[in-house]
Amino acid sequence: MSDHAAFAARLRRILALMRKEGFQVVRDPSSFAIGIVLPVILILLYGYGLSLDVKHVPVALVAEQPSPDTTELQAGFLLSPYFDVRAVTSSAQAQELMLERKVDGLIYLRESYGRDTRAGGAPVQIIVHGTDANRARIIQAYAQAALAQSRSRNVVSGAQGGGQATVESRVWFNDANDSHYFLVPGLVVLIMTLIGATLTAMVMSREWERGTLEALFVTPVQASEILVGKLVPYFLLGMVGLVLCVLSSRFLFHVPLRGSLLTLCITSMLYLLVTLGMGLFISSTLKSQFLASQVTQLVTLLPATMLSGFIYDLRSVPLVIQAISMALPARYFVSLLQTIFLAGDVWSVILPNALMLGVFACLFLVMTRRVIRKTLG
Amino acid sequence: MLDSLRRIIALTRKELLAILKDPRSRATLFVPPIVQCLIFGYAATLDLNNARYAVIDQDRSAASSELLARFASVKIFKREAVLDNASQAADLINSRRVLLVLQIPQDFERRLQAGEIAPVQVIADGRNSNTAGTALAYVNQIVAEFNADWRAAHGRAAMGDRPILRAWYNPNLETRWNMIPALIGTLSMLQTMMLTALSVAREREQGTFDQLQVTPLRPEEIIAGKTLPSMLIGAVQATNVLLVAQLWFQIPFQGSFLVLYAGLIFFLLAAVGLGLFVSSIAQTMQQAMLYTFIVMMPFILLSGLNTPISSMPVVLQDFTLINPLRYAIDISHRVYLEGAGLDRLFDDLWPLALIGVGTLAGASWVFERRLG
Repeated sequence: MSDHAAFAARLRRILALMRKEGFQVVRDPSSFAIGIVLPVILILLYGYGLSLDVKHVPVALVAEQPSPDTTELQAGFLLSPYFDVRAVTSSAQAQELMLERKVDGLIYLRESYGRDTRAGGAPVQIIVHGTDANRARIIQAYAQAALAQSRSRNVVSGAQGGGQATVESRVWFNDANDSHYFLVPGLVVLIMTLIGATLTAMVMSREWERGTLEALFVTPVQASEILVGKLVPYFLLGMVGLVLCVLSSRFLFHVPLRGSLLTLCITSMLYLLVTLGMGLFISSTLKSQFLASQVTQLVTLLPATMLSGFIYDLRSVPLVIQAISMALPARYFVSLLQTIFLAGDVWSVILPNALMLGVFACLFLVMTRRVIRKTLG
Repeated sequence: MLDSLRRIIALTRKELLAILKDPRSRATLFVPPIVQCLIFGYAATLDLNNARYAVIDQDRSAASSELLARFASVKIFKREAVLDNASQAADLINSRRVLLVLQIPQDFERRLQAGEIAPVQVIADGRNSNTAGTALAYVNQIVAEFNADWRAAHGRAAMGDRPILRAWYNPNLETRWNMIPALIGTLSMLQTMMLTALSVAREREQGTFDQLQVTPLRPEEIIAGKTLPSMLIGAVQATNVLLVAQLWFQIPFQGSFLVLYAGLIFFLLAAVGLGLFVSSIAQTMQQAMLYTFIVMMPFILLSGLNTPISSMPVVLQDFTLINPLRYAIDISHRVYLEGAGLDRLFDDLWPLALIGVGTLAGASWVFERRLG
């Protein structure tokens, strides 16, 4: 047989496998649910639902002796878009509100507040509900700002200037400091991780369990052909999900795309290969649908949320954890997407991260092929 | 009644054996929650650490070096570079080498002495807006302290009201104190739901579910026999996380274990009920797994675990009312950090009971119809 004919036969076998896999995808509603319905639901739910922005925090202003001075301070909080302030006059009442979680913070003014503030400054206790530490810290910062504002009014009216340093801040890539801008690219990573790995996680183990893989072994089909035949249909399905994600982040959530579409496409396809390869590797190694699904869930869902830099900034974590996160492909894709969407084609970020994704893709696919072939022999 | 109980126990035993006899599946059930809890306890932090910054000091005065010395003394900030002009800043931020660039303009000290406003320019990398926001809050605080000291040292009037900051239930505002108790529910929910959904689907695929029908077991006994083992495994997983929280992270436990476990029982019932409901719809193990994912993903991300529920739009806040994990996280926070008793948990417990009973009833209805 000539090389040409061998190649044609090979192509025919791959196409046949792809057709069979394609039928299976089309006939099983759950594959479609994962490939198309899930991305849409997730991007809508999370795109609108996930936010770290703090607004309208319920707080109580505790003034044991209400006076024009305390009312003035309260006005400062009322003007702030960040607080919904209510006045209470006893600290017992305020404590009860905190326990019931009706308020997230207390602004506590002592009885002598009026006197002290006129004398040059009174201590103001800002007590926050610390259970959600991040939110509590943001509330503290806003409360200090609101306090400073009412204070600077007093300073001006007191006409006793005296220089002070102020901070003029600019936040690059995200002028409005809107948490959606960084959450939505991360969300795309999370969704792609899930789609890729879950679509293929059971594909191989199902064939093992049902014995159909052994049936394949007696045909002329080779290990790499099985691999390609499994990969392509799910790759196409995953691409549909990816396109939906990118379109909605651009047009629904108005996250700017400052890099080029081409870079976005290439790196995303690379990542899709990584996750599909991961699923195939897990399912062909474990050979059991039950185990494959548990393991897939363990290595995708929470790690992609917690260890990828999607929400929690990896620059702030201990070195050991940074090292662990390097073994997870998701972190490279988060870095890529945040940069491509918000900053542009910064090659010093894109090239090393894309390279790592390439390495992971090759690694998973080569290992899967070995697992399949080894059992053949 | 007694017979029924004996049949349920027999089925429970068989289920536990089926799940636990394989060492690999034993390992996937009990090791990962502990490892995850350890890793996420360190990884899931919104606290700021190692924030690298660059400095452009165009004033080179006593005041500017005093301000910079304050930044140098704060542990979370690390000075990465000293620049001569602003044009170098862009490159450092673009390539993520620094998070912040501080620029002190030429007339900084002169303005301070003249009693004017002296601006300090700060550029932050907003690719992670939360990190940027937290860093800017620290910058503001450092500058405020600088002002107070500078004014005191130069005999100026005090700045007016001074804030005194306190935090209840988590005095040092560590994200970990928030995260780890929340993981008690999260980690046990993940696997118990999947476990339940798959156990029925596996029997279906292997045909043993039909065999169960010809035994004297009644449908509600089958449901009970499928529910109990998963709840037991979930409770063990939750206990493991609790042990890590106490022994490794040493987060002080304020409440009573009895109350926490009472809450957990309600929660596990709801989680397992959901798993059974999913499995009643799924035909194969593949479908059971995919559907579980589809149900679980929104539940995890909209539970308040990663981002606060109060920051969500109202429609989604309403949606979280059917999310068992939301209540579980609330229960574990309240009991663990605030020391709440059962009386304060009532609002969390009855929705869980409702979800549990509703899903179990739904699942048994679907099973009966499929059989009939």
